[in-house]
Amino acid sequence: MSEPKLEGIELKPGFKGMAEDTGSDQTMFKGVHWGKAMMWIFLLSDTFIFSCFLIAYMKGRGSTPVEWPNPSEVFALDAFGVPVPLLLIAIMTFVLITSSGTMALAVKYGYEKNRKMCGWLVLATAIGGLTFVGMQAFEWSKLIHEGVRPWENPFGAPQFGSFFFMITGFHGTHVSIGVIFLFIYAYKVFAGHYDQQKRGWFTSMKGNYVEIEILGLYWHFVDLVWVFIFAFFYLW
Amino acid sequence: MSEDYNDNKTIQAQSSETMGGGGAGVTPDMDYVRPAEIADQDLYHGHSFITKWIFCQDAKVIGVQYFLLATFTGVIGLILSWLMRLQLGFPGAAGFMTAEHYYQFVTMHGMIMVVYFLTALFLGGFGNYLIPLMVGARDMVFPYLNMVSFWSFFVAVAVLMASFFVPGGPTGAGWTLYPPQTILEGTPGSGAGILLMCLSLILFVAGFTMGGLNYLITVLQARTRGMTLMRMPLTVWGIFTATVLAMLAFPALLVGALMMSLDKVLGTSFFMPTILKAGEVLEYGGGSPILFQHLFWFFGHPEVYIVALPAFGIISDLISVHARKNIFGYRMMVWAIVGIGALSFFVWAHHMYVSGMNPWFGFFFATTTLIIAVPTAMKVYNWILTLWRGNIRMNTVMLWCLGFIVTFVNGGITGIFLGNVSVDVPLSDTYFVVAHFHMVMGIAPLMVIMGAIYHWFPLVAGRFLSEKLGKWHFWLTFLGAYSIYFPMHYLGFIGVPRRYFEMYDSPYMTSTVGMNEFISLAAFLVGAAQFILIFNIIKTLKTGKPAGKNPWKANSLEWLTPTVPPEHGNWGDRLPVVHRWPYDFSVPGAKDDYITQTTPPSEVSNTGVEKT
Repeated sequence: MSEPKLEGIELKPGFKGMAEDTGSDQTMFKGVHWGKAMMWIFLLSDTFIFSCFLIAYMKGRGSTPVEWPNPSEVFALDAFGVPVPLLLIAIMTFVLITSSGTMALAVKYGYEKNRKMCGWLVLATAIGGLTFVGMQAFEWSKLIHEGVRPWENPFGAPQFGSFFFMITGFHGTHVSIGVIFLFIYAYKVFAGHYDQQKRGWFTSMKGNYVEIEILGLYWHFVDLVWVFIFAFFYLW
Repeated sequence: MSEDYNDNKTIQAQSSETMGGGGAGVTPDMDYVRPAEIADQDLYHGHSFITKWIFCQDAKVIGVQYFLLATFTGVIGLILSWLMRLQLGFPGAAGFMTAEHYYQFVTMHGMIMVVYFLTALFLGGFGNYLIPLMVGARDMVFPYLNMVSFWSFFVAVAVLMASFFVPGGPTGAGWTLYPPQTILEGTPGSGAGILLMCLSLILFVAGFTMGGLNYLITVLQARTRGMTLMRMPLTVWGIFTATVLAMLAFPALLVGALMMSLDKVLGTSFFMPTILKAGEVLEYGGGSPILFQHLFWFFGHPEVYIVALPAFGIISDLISVHARKNIFGYRMMVWAIVGIGALSFFVWAHHMYVSGMNPWFGFFFATTTLIIAVPTAMKVYNWILTLWRGNIRMNTVMLWCLGFIVTFVNGGITGIFLGNVSVDVPLSDTYFVVAHFHMVMGIAPLMVIMGAIYHWFPLVAGRFLSEKLGKWHFWLTFLGAYSIYFPMHYLGFIGVPRRYFEMYDSPYMTSTVGMNEFISLAAFLVGAAQFILIFNIIKTLKTGKPAGKNPWKANSLEWLTPTVPPEHGNWGDRLPVVHRWPYDFSVPGAKDDYITQTTPPSEVSNTGVEKT
């Protein structure tokens, strides 16, 4: 993978600069790493997947003849004997958004070649993600325990269970994949693979701290999608 | 292991002084090209048979792999179409053919041809082979991902083929897989068949996404020095825009396939309304079948252009090279490709006029559908104007190009019929529709594929395909295809419904017997004619005429590699530097009738060439 070299090329700001870059040779996004550009485009495609899910959910919720359950009752958690609506979801959301913060700091320390700090922050992000997945597993088992299934639920429309398990499951898969990669990358940072430009296990491409930023893009995206799922599923 | 990689051979900046002399009045910086922004690509070179030819990371080998596997599935699709035509032309001639089998063959033929044959061939095959060569890159930007992309496609095809052998056979719900009947008992393959179909589609989308990211980033971020977007061959523009469409349209298919599998396996009711079966209410209820149609066609219509846009791009290049003229209105052609691509996301519900829509929606989608005819017609005019007064070589490639234009105009005009709600309603689900889409997205892109094979075979294999066999292949295919689909329009006008196993003793049966027999005979002939190509390829590989470098006297970079066929890394020690667009043919005053993209301006300063 190649390091951009932009000596002798003056980049202009704003729309004019964008038009000039588009009309120029070699690269459209000047100085942007190939992998980073790829991740952005992949995320655009992934956005369409989640949009399809959420639009299908709205359509499904609109067309079912049975009443939709009230999310603040279904997702309430008993704290000291008082049912608090969305308590668990609030904690989950907080943890996930916090992990976005640690990820952003990891990217910063990565570019500063601060191996230790970067590694600890990637690890912290991984643990945050793992906590999120764990709490989601708890929420799933609680709902299953209460009788909610993909094909039925005691609170109302069966589509509630279908969409809930499908969409949070798909998002949870994204988080889990992210967590696996975060652990691998934390190992790679601590082992110094990025400082030594060690070649990757599969791709045989040289290691570079930009990979932390690429993974960071994915992680922020997963968090952003959660915000939408939160709004559409839990608040609506 | 250091010899495994060609470590960062930075591109030697060619200073203008070292480049060819040029005539008087040549300013020293005339040939200036911006310095290299990116270091040379770090490539993994395979050593063993397995890393060189099987799990290979060279885009050219991956392209050929895609090509061969797509052709294999295409032949299966062809055989299925023969079996269908056998039943339609001569009912009962094949003893084993039941209505269930017929529906399964219809379904698999449609899905195979659209997704696993045409899409894989254009994007996976031509895209992989041509993009890096045409933009002057050493390889795709993520060779490993590219390799995984092909093998995902391989597994997807394997899963699809496996569905022929599971209990109940492959799904027989029609290629659109409309629920609820797709997963209900009574539809052939409603058990394992539909599940394998959904799984195969999901694998295909995953594999394609990996390939698509490669195509996009290679075009956007890995062009050689001097290669601006507006100097790219239209082939690259077509494949690039089609890939953008695929990246945005396949998600809908993925979601639809996933929800369908859940409806089948877990008993959810995403697409399943309350259903009465033999007086009993099924467990399903409350879902929306129309939702699936929207998801499917949000993928399905861009899919048409995923196939058509690469065809548009390739045909433009073939016509320009073999008419020895620059493509008429290059910029218009680029913007037409981009415009068609953008519009294709706003027309999907014209497939659903009879599904029950608000009339205003029908009005909206009819309008957008007719608007898309404008850029498409512009392209057709430009192809004709490129041919106009060209120095046309009447070889096999040009015959396929001309065949494409005629067929495409034909299929396009019937599209105008079907795009209008009031005309579509009586024609819907008749053979008119079958004739329309086979003309416009079956035969027309196939003509381009054939032209492209005859054009680029000398590059891939270093030998010319036989012209004599090629002409037989063309005329049998062209005339045969018209014999199949022209009468089908008429069948549609008199109201013969599509997807019927047999007409029994309806009036259609008696009045269309002769025509159906004729169509079937033509279909057998056209199918058989395709084996001429396979024979031609095998014969050429052994005894074909050697082609040498740049046999068609073309301008674009893929013909300008140091070795033919190009080796891994494409360009030897030094990447090419581009000075112009690829369409400088028959320039007044020039020594030859073509000026390659790498020719510096100082060498042709005495000609009438315009700056591009």
